[in-house]
Amino acid sequence: MSALGKVVRSGVGRRRVQTLVIGLATMMAVAASVLGGSLLVVSGAPFDDAFAEQHGAHLSVQFDAGRVGAGQLEKSKGSEGVSAAAGPFRTATVTPRSDGRANPGWPMTVVGRGDPGRDVDEVALLDGRWPTRSGEIALSANSSVIPAMGMKLAFPDLPGDPTLTVVGVARSVTRTADAWVLPSQMRALTAPGRGGYQMLYRFADAGTATLITAGAKAVTQSLPPRAAVGEQSWLTVKKSAEQDTAVYVPFLLAFGALGLVMSVLIVGNVVATAVGTGTRRIGILKAAGFTPAQVVRAYVGQALIPAAAGTALGVLAGHLLAVPVLAETEEVYGTSSLGIAPWVDLTVIAGVLGLVAATAWGSALRAGRLRTVDALAVGRNSSAGRGRWAARLAGRLPLPRPVALGLARPFARPARALAMGTAVLFGTVAVTFTVGMGASLGQVMKAKAHDAADVVVPAPMPDLGPQGPGPGPGPGPGPDPGPAPEKQPKADPAAVAAAIKSAAGTGKYYSAATVRTSVSGLTGTTDVTAFTGDASWGGYTMVSGRWIDKTGEAVVPTPFLAATGTRVGDTVTLNGLAEPVTVRIVGEVLDPRNDGMQVFTDASTLKAAHPDLTETSHHIAVTSRTEVAAYVDALNKDLTPLGATARAGGLDAGGDMVGTLNALSGILTLMLVAVAALGVLNGVLLDTRERVRELGVHKALGMTPGQTIAMVLTSVVVTGLAAGAMGVPLGVALHGLVLPAMGDSVGLRLPESAIAVYHGAELLPLALGGLLIATLGALLPAGWAARARTATALRTE
Amino acid sequence: MTMPVIELRGVSRRYDDGPPALHEASLTVRRGEAVAILGPSGSGKSTLLNLIAGLDRPDTGTVTVDGVRVDQLGEAGSALYRRSRIGMVFQFFNLLDDLTVIDNVVLPARLAGMARGEAGRRAVELLELLAIDRHARAYPGRLSGGERQRVAVARALMNRPALLLADEPTGALDTAAGQDVSRLLTDLNAEGQTIVVVTHDLALARSCTNRTVRIADGRITDDTRSRGVAPEAVR
Repeated sequence: MSALGKVVRSGVGRRRVQTLVIGLATMMAVAASVLGGSLLVVSGAPFDDAFAEQHGAHLSVQFDAGRVGAGQLEKSKGSEGVSAAAGPFRTATVTPRSDGRANPGWPMTVVGRGDPGRDVDEVALLDGRWPTRSGEIALSANSSVIPAMGMKLAFPDLPGDPTLTVVGVARSVTRTADAWVLPSQMRALTAPGRGGYQMLYRFADAGTATLITAGAKAVTQSLPPRAAVGEQSWLTVKKSAEQDTAVYVPFLLAFGALGLVMSVLIVGNVVATAVGTGTRRIGILKAAGFTPAQVVRAYVGQALIPAAAGTALGVLAGHLLAVPVLAETEEVYGTSSLGIAPWVDLTVIAGVLGLVAATAWGSALRAGRLRTVDALAVGRNSSAGRGRWAARLAGRLPLPRPVALGLARPFARPARALAMGTAVLFGTVAVTFTVGMGASLGQVMKAKAHDAADVVVPAPMPDLGPQGPGPGPGPGPGPDPGPAPEKQPKADPAAVAAAIKSAAGTGKYYSAATVRTSVSGLTGTTDVTAFTGDASWGGYTMVSGRWIDKTGEAVVPTPFLAATGTRVGDTVTLNGLAEPVTVRIVGEVLDPRNDGMQVFTDASTLKAAHPDLTETSHHIAVTSRTEVAAYVDALNKDLTPLGATARAGGLDAGGDMVGTLNALSGILTLMLVAVAALGVLNGVLLDTRERVRELGVHKALGMTPGQTIAMVLTSVVVTGLAAGAMGVPLGVALHGLVLPAMGDSVGLRLPESAIAVYHGAELLPLALGGLLIATLGALLPAGWAARARTATALRTE
Repeated sequence: MTMPVIELRGVSRRYDDGPPALHEASLTVRRGEAVAILGPSGSGKSTLLNLIAGLDRPDTGTVTVDGVRVDQLGEAGSALYRRSRIGMVFQFFNLLDDLTVIDNVVLPARLAGMARGEAGRRAVELLELLAIDRHARAYPGRLSGGERQRVAVARALMNRPALLLADEPTGALDTAAGQDVSRLLTDLNAEGQTIVVVTHDLALARSCTNRTVRIADGRITDDTRSRGVAPEAVR
C-alpha cells in the first residue's frame, strides 16, 4: 500500500465517528435521491411512451349530432394549429347487461370506428381482434365491464334489443372510448334523437393547457354554437394516469433536497473540522515529505471512503423503499413491470460522490495550503479570545458554574456551533414537516372517509355479474364497509329509514344512494351520490362554494371540475339514466375516491330519471346521551328482519398511499434526525477532544462527573434552542409549499383545514425538538468527557 | 507530634504491561510539612502525586489523605475530595484562557457551591496576598509565567485545602520567576500550609521544603528531613 493509502486508511480508522457521520449522511441523501429520481422517471415514462407510440389525441371533442353534421366536422380538420385529426366517429352512451344478467351494468361510451386508427389515437389491441362485422364489440381495458372474450353484452333498453359479442380488448392511451364497434353498428346502438360525434385532434403545439384551450377554440370556431358538448385534454388523462406516483414526487423532492443539503453541510463540516483538529498531523505529514496535493488527496480520500460505503447502502435502501411505491404504480399500469432505471442509480451515485468530493476538496484545500512550520507549532500557542464576552455574561447569571461555562461555549467556537446548529435545523425542519404532513393526510383521510356518522347501515352489495365488481369504488359513500358480506335480500330503504327514525336515540339521520352515470365529453362512469335528508354534517369538507341546498344542485370534487372544464356555478348533464339530468355545481368538495369523478346531489334531483334508488346506505348521529354500541344492538333487532345491518361508524384506516407516505416520511425523518444528531455528536466530540486539557483542569479542581455532563450538554443548549426556533417556521413553510403541490399532483385542491394543521400548542414542543436532537447528539461525548481520566487529560498538549 | 495529612501504605501502580510505575511505596506526611518528591523523568513521582490527588487509583495499597481513604473513592467522590481537601498547582499553570484571572481563581469555590459574593471576596483576598490583584480582570494570556503560576497558586488555595500539591511548579518558568514561586511556597509553608512538591529541581527542593523524598524506578529510595517543620497550619 502506498504512503498516501496508509495515511488515508489510518485517518479513516482513527476518526470512526466522523467516518460514521459521513457514511450515514451520504446514505440518507442517496436513498432519498434514488427513490425520488426513480418515481420521477416512472411517473412519466409509461404514459409518455404509449402516447408517442399510439399518436395519442391531444384533444377529443364530443359533439351533439343534432346540432352539427359530419361534413362540418370534417372541415374542422383544417383548423389552424391542427397537425392531424381523426373522425368524425359516431358515439352513443349505452348501458349493457352482460350475459343476460338481470341487473343493469354501468353506462359506457361506445364509438364507431372501422379500424384501430393510425395517425391519431391508434388504439392498441391487447387481446382478440378489432370488430369486423355487426354484432361484434371491442372493449376498452379501462372499461367498467371486466372484459372476457366471447362474452355477450345485451342492450335491452335499445330498440331491437341488440346483443354484441366481445371479440377484442383494446386500450386507447387518451381513453377516448369504453368500447368500439363498426360504424355500421352505431345505428342499432343509438336511441332515437340521441347520439353524437367524436373528433380527435393532434396539434402542432400542445404542451400546455393554454395551447389546448386555444386549439379547442380553433376547431370549434367555425361550428354552430353549443355543438361541442364536452372535451377532454390529453394533459388531464396524463395527470390522471400519473397521479398515483406523482403524489410522491413533491414530497420526495423535499426530503431529497433536505438530505442532499444536509449531506453537503455535514461532509464539509466533518472534513473541515478534521483539517482543523488535525493540523499538527498535517504538519507532520508535510515535514515527512507529503506535497500539498497529496495532503489534499489524503483528506478527500478520508471523506470519499465512508461516502462510497454510504452511497452503496443508500442505493440499497432506496431500492427497498421504492418497492411498495412501485408496486402500487404497477397496479395502475397493469402488466408493465416497473423498476429503478440503472441510469438513475448511476446518476445519483456519480452526483452524490462528486458532491462529496467537491465539498471535501474545498475543505481540504486549507490543509494543503497550511505552512508546515505553522502546523507543527499548533498547540503551543493559546487559541483563546473568542466568546469571552459570552463567558463573562454567562458567569453573571444565577446559574451553577458548569451550566454557565457550557452555555458560553458556542460563542468560543461560533463556526462549529453554526455547523451543529445547521444540522439540528434540518432535523427540526424534517420533524416539523413530517408531523404536519401526517396531520394533513389525517385531515384528508377524514374528509375522504365522510365518517362523521356514529352508526352506518351500509348499502347492499350490487349484483355485478359473475366476475364481481369492476375497478370502481365500493357500493356507497362512507367508510369502507369491510369484506363483502354474504349476499342478502335487498332491504327496502323506506322500511330501513322508518326503523331508524323510530329507534330511540336517533339524532340526525340521512341516507345516500349511489348510481352511475356518464357525463358528456368524458369517457368512463361518474358516480352520483344522491342524499335524502341533510348530509352536510356527514364529514364532507368543502374546498369552495357551499353544500347542496335544493333540487338540481350538486357539489363535485376538484378533479371533476378539471376533467369537465367547469367551475362552481356551471351546469353539467348526467347521462345514462332514464333521462338526462342537468345539475348546477354549487360547491367543490374534497373527495379523491373514484379519481374524483363524483357528483353529490339531493335525491329529489334524480327522482324522475332514477326513481328506484335501492343501493342506499344510511348514516346516523345518535343523541348525546346514547351509547353507540347499545344503539347498534337495539337497531339491529329491527333491521335484521328487513335484511339490513347497522354497525358503528369509525375512521377509515386510510389508503395504501397514505400508509406508504406516512411510513416513508417516518423513515426519512428518522434518518435525517439521526444524521442531525450525528452531526452534533461529531461537533461536540471534536470540541471535547480539543478541550480535554481544560476538562482535566476542571476535574482536578473538583468538577464531578455529573457537573462535567451538565457542562457538555449545556454547551449545545443555545445551539439546539436557536436551531429549533428557526427550524419550526422553515418546516411549516416547507409543508405549506409541498402539501398543495402534492394535492395538485393528484388533481385535488386541499381545504384550509388540511393545510393549516399547525397550532401554537404543537409548535413549542416541535421547537424544543431541536434541543432534544442536540442533547441526544451531545449525550455520548458528555459521557466520554465525564469518564475521561483526569491525569491523562492534564498531560494532553 | 502533629497528625499525618498523607498516609500511603504499600502502594503499587502499574500501567498496562510495563514495569511498575510505583512499587510498594509507603509514605507519611504530617501537617505543616513541605515535602519535595525528587526523581528523574519516569521515576514515578507524578504517579505518586496523582494517587495522592485522587486522579488515579493504586493497584494495591492504601492512600489516606486528611482522614479520607482516597483509594476507595469513585469519580464523584474523588471530585468532592479534591475540591475540599487539596489544591493543585501544575507545571504549565493549566489556567483557563477564556476566563479572567479572578474567574479562574473563584472556579473551585463556585464548583463547590460557594456563594458568588463570598467566593469573590476570598479570591480578592488571595490575589492581594499573592500580589497579583492588579491583574484580577486580565486574561491569563497577558500575564508573565511567574504571574500565571501565582494565579494558579491562588486558585489552589481558594477552598482552604489541607494539602497543596505542586507538580513541577517552576518547570515552565525562567530563573527569576522560578525563585519568585519558590519564595511564595516557602511563605505559605511558613504560615502552616502543608505542601508536596514534585520536582526534579534540586534548588527548588532545598529552598522551599523541609523534607526530601527521592524516588527511582518506582521505589522510594531516600527520605530526608532538612529543617524543622512549620507550626500547625493556619488554614
